Amino acid sequence: MSSIDRRRLLGGAALLGGAMAATSPPPAWAEAAATAKEAPTLSGEDIRLVIARGRWPVDGRPGGAVLVNGSLPAPLLRLKEGQRVRIAVENRMDEETSIHWHGLLTPVHMDGVPGVSFPGIPARSTFVYEFPIRQAGTYWYHSHSGFQEQEGLYGPIIIDPKGPDPVAFDREHVVMLSDFSFLPPGRILTKLKQEGGVFNYRKQTLAGLFAHRDQTLRERVQWARMLMDPTDISDVTGAVYTYLVNGLGPKANWTGLFKPGERVRLRLINAGSQTIFDVRVPGLKLTVVAADGQDVRPVEVDEIQIANAETYDVIVRPAEDRAYTLVAEAVDRSGMARATLAPRPGMSAEVPPLRRRPLGTMKDMGMDMSAMGMGGHAGPGAPARPPAEPGAAPPRARGSDAMDMGAMEMSMLDPLNAPQVKLGPGVQMIAPIPQDRTAEPGEGLESVGHRVLVYRDLAALQPNPDPRPAARTLEIRLTGNMERFMWGFDGRKYDEGPPPYAFRTGERVRVTLVNDTMMAHPIHLHGHFFELEHGPEGFRPRKHTVNVLPGGKVSWDFTPEAGDWAFHCHMFYHMAVGMFQVFAVRPFDEATA
Amino acid sequence: MIGRISLAAALLLVATPALAQEGGHGHGAATPPAQAPSASAASEAPPAPNDHVADRYWDPMAMAHARAMARMEMGGMTFSKVMLNLAEYRAGAKGDGYRWDGEAWFGGDYDRLVLRSEGEGATGAGLESAEVQALYSRAIGRYADVRAGVRQDVSPTARTYLTLGAGSLLPYWFEVEGAAFLSTKGELLARAEGSYDLRLFQRVVLQPRAELNFAAQDSRETRTGSGLSSAELGLRLRYEIRREFAPYVGVSWERRLGRTADYAREEAEPVEATSLVLGLRAWF
Repeated sequence: MSSIDRRRLLGGAALLGGAMAATSPPPAWAEAAATAKEAPTLSGEDIRLVIARGRWPVDGRPGGAVLVNGSLPAPLLRLKEGQRVRIAVENRMDEETSIHWHGLLTPVHMDGVPGVSFPGIPARSTFVYEFPIRQAGTYWYHSHSGFQEQEGLYGPIIIDPKGPDPVAFDREHVVMLSDFSFLPPGRILTKLKQEGGVFNYRKQTLAGLFAHRDQTLRERVQWARMLMDPTDISDVTGAVYTYLVNGLGPKANWTGLFKPGERVRLRLINAGSQTIFDVRVPGLKLTVVAADGQDVRPVEVDEIQIANAETYDVIVRPAEDRAYTLVAEAVDRSGMARATLAPRPGMSAEVPPLRRRPLGTMKDMGMDMSAMGMGGHAGPGAPARPPAEPGAAPPRARGSDAMDMGAMEMSMLDPLNAPQVKLGPGVQMIAPIPQDRTAEPGEGLESVGHRVLVYRDLAALQPNPDPRPAARTLEIRLTGNMERFMWGFDGRKYDEGPPPYAFRTGERVRVTLVNDTMMAHPIHLHGHFFELEHGPEGFRPRKHTVNVLPGGKVSWDFTPEAGDWAFHCHMFYHMAVGMFQVFAVRPFDEATA
Repeated sequence: MIGRISLAAALLLVATPALAQEGGHGHGAATPPAQAPSASAASEAPPAPNDHVADRYWDPMAMAHARAMARMEMGGMTFSKVMLNLAEYRAGAKGDGYRWDGEAWFGGDYDRLVLRSEGEGATGAGLESAEVQALYSRAIGRYADVRAGVRQDVSPTARTYLTLGAGSLLPYWFEVEGAAFLSTKGELLARAEGSYDLRLFQRVVLQPRAELNFAAQDSRETRTGSGLSSAELGLRLRYEIRREFAPYVGVSWERRLGRTADYAREEAEPVEATSLVLGLRAWF
């Protein structure tokens, strides 16, 4: 950070006045640089970003990367609600680029998606984004071109509220999680196309069967009959990924400083291209205060599953004068990102070993019969809340996932279950009984013995802006075929030219996303916040990205803004093979847009 | 719990409704519906528009190009795979030899060009059989592809065939494949292959494999008799150094049958052979 920026920022903090005096944070991310180069920060109304290819050392080994102002992650953009910003993006590469401001409510032509909102930024040219900052919170930005996000073109955004911050904290750190590969992303995708399970080194084995590990023989035979692999949790794994915190590998150990007793706000951002992370700080409670940049009623948990492109703000309060390890395990347990919170640089705490990898279940196939039997008292559509606290369920008995006769006869590809889906090589199954899983912890966290955040814990702090009930509904099926590594919406890939999903400006619509695949899909809608259906009336949690668990469904209401908006899976390799669509909202009036 | 209460207290102190940040919720509220559609119309989806909003801000030609690029980059890419399924040295009581069976494909999700080759030879005696195929492959189901094209035999007898075949993954993870071949001389042949991967340990896979060849007629020229002409059963144990690079050892049993065996006997060639094999399975 230059001294000018620092002064401007401190001046800005001073302007907030008395109400903030007790909580005014120092620019603490600058103090985080215990082991790394100082994280660069840019503020003000004129910002310049220079994108170029370069080398980035990951745990001592240089890898090819796309850098912004010479850095990975890209510089932190520290903005203020109510300001305008002009961001000149200079492309010094020999290929087209773009930057999308993830979660920011920009005018439609500033959203940064080539082919949807603008033509892209050609090689060796400069493009100037200009838009007002209409919100506060934790967001991020990334490339929407080629494989550049996978190669490191992502950075954090913090927008300070124009009024006092409802969240009290003494210090803050950005914790940007990502997955870095020394194998070029084009090669990764080619390998996935050649053989879907190429990076999975946790497959079930005959030796495992004899050692009474994983599925029983009966379960294995049933799954084999359906050509489903329960160990297929992540497409790309620790076999090729090094998991990073703020651009640093586990050995480099990014360290954020604190003084014992301080309230430390961690701004968690998952910038992973193909990785869902499970985040915890052993010894500390995580008080979740914001999700996807939007304030939520505080909820205290021990662990958070953060899907691609989501952000969570949590408060931790380390009381002791010692180091704490921040653990971010990849959901398939093939590796972890690791960082340290410590009172002084150079400290470290014990790093817990990786836990057991999860195994897919019937529920992940959307064919758990027990859900049907509960219809009587739970009522249709009402999810059965797990009996135990999320995360503290007793471990599932080995062998209990075998199907009974009813399930065996259930069609896994009944077109009547989703008439809008175009069946073909790209649709491996249609979930017969998809379930609302928003009350469940994510894969692998069902029985970790402590409290895990679930979507149903979230409630907005401020009233929802549009309390109208939805006037219509739209169901979108998330479809795919793991064997061919094909992914899409309603059975169509984007290159097949499906008509966009059409909406009226200002109408109120309920969208239900149904996951017909065995993989989790974090789905992102550009230019909007949507309200998850389940929240308390008028205070539903607002998100820009929601993870739909395998065999699960998620409903949300939203008020379409005029324009064409990208809608896609934030698993970047799913998007790259076609899991992308456009929400076309009309009428469109340039004067008001 | 204490942390939670103190945080809640802090929230009460600071967050009054008037001061609450707008945090994005100015969004929907600031733009009330321009025209409130009638209740019946609103319950249905509007038709998909044909225009593109970005064309109003940017050069429509540049946007059209960008749209085409976006479609290509999101689902329209083509890929390739070159795979050596078998590449092995064979040691047998009746002499040593070598064998290969490989395939390369290029294309997208539905349409692909497939090139194949297989053959075998004996050390010191040269090529016994060799063929190449060029096929168009079309995905027709979740796990199935159909293929059509030409096969050219180089050895033992030069022959050109039209080829029609299909391959699929079957329930329980069986890989099967079948093809029919019609030569320019009117001969009709067929081939069926199947294999299964039994994963013993994380990187150790035992693969049983079978290949059956059929002919519709006797042909002295190609030394093939009608009916089941030859069969091969193999059992190979591979070690996956990486999934895509795996040396193996195994055994292979081959048998010529019926008239085909008679032709072989006439030429004093072995009818049956069992060999130990040492090879490499690899793809890139």
